[in-house]
Amino acid sequence: MGLELFNTMILLLLVVAAIVALRVKDLLTASVVFAVYSFLMCLLWAEMGAVDVAFTEATVGAGISTVVMVATILNLKRKSSD
Amino acid sequence: MKKISLIPVLVVGVLLLYAADDFPEWGNPTAPASASSLSSHFISNTGVDTEVPNMVTAVLADYRGFDTMFETVVVFIAGMAVLAILKGSSGPFSKNKKYTSSIEPDLIVTNTVRLLVPVIQIFSFYVLAHGHVSPGGGFQGGVVMGASFIMIALSWDLETALVRFPLDKCFLVAALGIILYGGIGLLSMFLGGEFLDYAELANILPVSREMARYHAMLGVEIGVGLTVTAIMFALYANLSTEGKLKGGL
Repeated sequence: MGLELFNTMILLLLVVAAIVALRVKDLLTASVVFAVYSFLMCLLWAEMGAVDVAFTEATVGAGISTVVMVATILNLKRKSSD
Repeated sequence: MKKISLIPVLVVGVLLLYAADDFPEWGNPTAPASASSLSSHFISNTGVDTEVPNMVTAVLADYRGFDTMFETVVVFIAGMAVLAILKGSSGPFSKNKKYTSSIEPDLIVTNTVRLLVPVIQIFSFYVLAHGHVSPGGGFQGGVVMGASFIMIALSWDLETALVRFPLDKCFLVAALGIILYGGIGLLSMFLGGEFLDYAELANILPVSREMARYHAMLGVEIGVGLTVTAIMFALYANLSTEGKLKGGL
């Protein structure tokens, strides 16, 4: 029961993070929300027992790709026109 | 236009939700992925063949070693491509960017990073070397190692990090990683096996054929780790400064 509640909460937060990342105008905010999304995926994978995948997601998805995205966005216009 | 694009999105979404109903339950032993002869073969034979407790590492570095080798090459080519595009670009993008920020690095941040970086680097070595037994391996260890250099670049500036890991050394180390991987594969070919057939290394190592595969996997993971470390840092260094390699973010 507790595990199911945990799963449901993570999945709901995933949907919220995905929608926020698409709707928000500021690209820097969007990339940070992407990091949140990656970290939630990492939690989900760790909970399902795929620890290797979770580790990769935490380092590459939430770590390096956020840094690279922020580094790129700071060299571009901050606002999305969409 | 936005209204029209909503229609295919909704149609595809409904289709996906409808198809998701056919997925097997999580952990179902009769699911196609678990019931295939391949996964039961790996589960029963990995420990016997290679003495590696972590099955994921054994499949990645040994049974599917060819696949992982070219994944590493893809990482290398990605770094090369970024360098080729950004190197020496005066840049049409660089107008709205001010490089004049020469503020002193923050005392608290730099001293915290000074304490943290050795711990992170030792952890990355642990992740790399212990990847057979616990989760981890070359990719994860390499990324953590690269992140430690990025952390130096973020808290001081890029020059400070480039003194510790110059960009030309980056590409040397990245190429060395791939050569190490391919070299272990080639060596096992010269010793009478097939390409990446690590068991043949038992002819020159004082260990059994199973332990030869165990140790060769470690060598291969070190190669992957070297490439990933160097490329991750080179990617950050080029992307954050548009290839100029001067100044911080």
